[in-house]
Amino acid sequence: MEDEPVLEVVEVSKDFLGTRALDRVSFAVRPGEVHALVGENGAGKSTLIKVLTGVYRPDGGVLRHRGRPVVFGTPVAAQHAGISTIYQEVNLVPLMSIAGNVFLGREPRTRLGLIDTATMHARATELLAGYGIDADVRKPLGSLGVGAQQMVALARAASVEAHVVIMDEPTSSLEPREVATLFGVIGRLHEQGIAIVYVSHRLDELYRICDRVTVLRDGRMVHTGPLADLPRIELVSLMLGRAVGDIRAHGVTGFGEDHHADRQPLLRAENLASRHRLAGVSVSIRPGEVVGLAGLLGSGRSETARAIVGALPLDGGTVLVAGKRVRSGSVAAAMRAGINMLAEDRKADGIIPNLSVRENIVLAALPKLSRFGLVSRARQDRIVDVFMKRLRIKAASPDQKVAELSGGNQQKVLLARWLCTQPRILLLDEPTRGIDVGAKAEVQALIDELAAEGLGVLLISSEMDELIDGADRVVVLRDGAAVGELVGDQVTEGNVLAAIAAAGEGESVV
Amino acid sequence: MYLAVVVLLVFNVLFTQNFLSVGNFRTQLIQAAPVCIVALGMALVIGTEGVDLSVGAVMALAAALIPLYLGYGAVAAIAVALVVGIVAGLFNGVLVAYVGIQPIVATLALLVGGRGLALVIAHGQLIEVHDPAFLALGANDVLGVPIAVLVAAVLAVVVGFLVRRTTFGRHIVAVGGNRTASTLAGLPVRRVLLVVYAICGLLAGVAGVLATARLGASDPADVGLLMELSAITAVVVGGTPLTGGRVRILGTVFGAVLMQLVRATLIKHNLPDSTAQMVQAAIIVVAVYAARERSSR
Repeated sequence: MEDEPVLEVVEVSKDFLGTRALDRVSFAVRPGEVHALVGENGAGKSTLIKVLTGVYRPDGGVLRHRGRPVVFGTPVAAQHAGISTIYQEVNLVPLMSIAGNVFLGREPRTRLGLIDTATMHARATELLAGYGIDADVRKPLGSLGVGAQQMVALARAASVEAHVVIMDEPTSSLEPREVATLFGVIGRLHEQGIAIVYVSHRLDELYRICDRVTVLRDGRMVHTGPLADLPRIELVSLMLGRAVGDIRAHGVTGFGEDHHADRQPLLRAENLASRHRLAGVSVSIRPGEVVGLAGLLGSGRSETARAIVGALPLDGGTVLVAGKRVRSGSVAAAMRAGINMLAEDRKADGIIPNLSVRENIVLAALPKLSRFGLVSRARQDRIVDVFMKRLRIKAASPDQKVAELSGGNQQKVLLARWLCTQPRILLLDEPTRGIDVGAKAEVQALIDELAAEGLGVLLISSEMDELIDGADRVVVLRDGAAVGELVGDQVTEGNVLAAIAAAGEGESVV
Repeated sequence: MYLAVVVLLVFNVLFTQNFLSVGNFRTQLIQAAPVCIVALGMALVIGTEGVDLSVGAVMALAAALIPLYLGYGAVAAIAVALVVGIVAGLFNGVLVAYVGIQPIVATLALLVGGRGLALVIAHGQLIEVHDPAFLALGANDVLGVPIAVLVAAVLAVVVGFLVRRTTFGRHIVAVGGNRTASTLAGLPVRRVLLVVYAICGLLAGVAGVLATARLGASDPADVGLLMELSAITAVVVGGTPLTGGRVRILGTVFGAVLMQLVRATLIKHNLPDSTAQMVQAAIIVVAVYAARERSSR
């Protein structure tokens, strides 16, 4: 292995409208190396990849290819230079033939300049055989399963005579058998001296095939070095920004004392399974209890919540409220049973932007506020008034368009919407994301109040402080399965990190 | 947009002979009535971020069936026409809500096939209608107002009320504003879509009945031809965004009246049809642009 990096960025920065997505990041990948690139949401991974592949031009710093500074005007320029990317969403053409996709843009031509389909088909068949794909290459790409489509993308990337292949979450849609094939291919590429940048959250995979690792956090590079020198728990703590063994004092969040819960579980979710997303998660919530879900991005936290509220179709598993089974796959059924969810993405899944604050608040409770289908203005106004006061929603008037409110107030409007329906169980997915400190503390205090009133709460939060302080019990998820549960005094940062980082079956603890 | 209506009225008063006569007003309103009724249904569908291209064809279907059932009386014939409208609407609704086809594609089926079916039913012929009770719908007045205009006015009030004061109306607007959020809020999204298309079909049926009564004949080849475009124009000009989430019933009514006035003005001043169409196109562009400005403020 040579030591001269084949592709590197030095002190590169990228800004978007006032946010610094990358802050003087240096990253280098050497020929024949499998280099892991890790970081949580918003850490800057996608931005870095886009800079490496010519999608973005850096605002500061230098991009070097084979030792020489280079500027890629377009992504095509980067491809021609031998840098190839495989995206998480297979970015190919489903209606076009498999062979056509493999050779897209570089189709073999006959002397007349027309596409030589015979050669193209023959070469594609040969190439794909090496990747374990045995399909008729004349068929449309969309006729293959997602995993197979990923393999075709991989074959395409590798056949472009690339010497750098960047893989963004390549195994997210693969079956275990296909993952094994993928690793075989990566091994081959590695022998050929091709450099691979491997972006993934799956720690087991990283430790299996990667040589080096670079960790990004909040746009900065916080660590780079051989993976063998970095124990899992340190890797996780670097990703999440927590020093191992460093215990923060209470009072950092708006959460107060522990909640006292009854014995009988109000909600029991058992063995929730959904292909590629959940592998048998079980959670139970008692009245008055706040249960936290911890885990890295992609571990299945949001999916668990969505499954419980009926927004995710399930392949298996049941949800029981007070012992009665709730029909899966139906949000209406879950809501009738008293389960409500505050979605992670309030813009896409929460607010109705052009409607007023009042209308957004009463949306879910309309049937209760109307008689014979006619909405009672008086009852509507009363309930809106109550909740605007209780949650201290700052708006010019209840008739203001909700899109004009600040993020924090929008979040409160959504909370009000759920509270209007008098739920028994509230699932909160990142309830304080993107809101200012003051509103954050208010929301956290509200969650405390609700638990004290006997509500069962499921809390998903990427902020360790919030999770540790707010939850009575924490269930730790990894890759769609529950890998541990911490209760009461066990709920500390150190324990949560350790549970997240703990090795999978058959793997040795580094 | 209301300003535009006023301007046109003033212009006509000053420059068109006989504009201020009662006879003329009657004619204008009677001609605007079917468009207005169809536009009401269209506004609801557009409010859910959808569209219904089949309204003209549904009018034709209604017209084709009327002569067949007049033997049982005018009421029976009208009932059948309305039922056909509802069935057509349900067909569209099922395709959009349960099969998941894009509205423009789903309603295309009836646009293309509906009129053909109507012609088959009528054996390709224009059939004169002689039932006096039925013809009364097109010729008579109630309290000095032509029946067609009265029906349009009543329906406008009913639909307006539906949108603003009923749970269903609020559901329509929510589904159009953010469908995912509505699903997550437990709204019966598919049922809302199904009913909305059914209403649109029903209103198209009503318009078909009134147009046939006025014409005195069932003319499936011609009745409601290009009505979908006029209806969409009225809705858009009236300020209901095609992206859904807001339904302006009053605006839609005025939109229908405005487009009628525009056409009448141009005809009275002997401008060729092609010019009339260009003027209509210009109005649409201005109206959509003005609506965009308003919403982005």
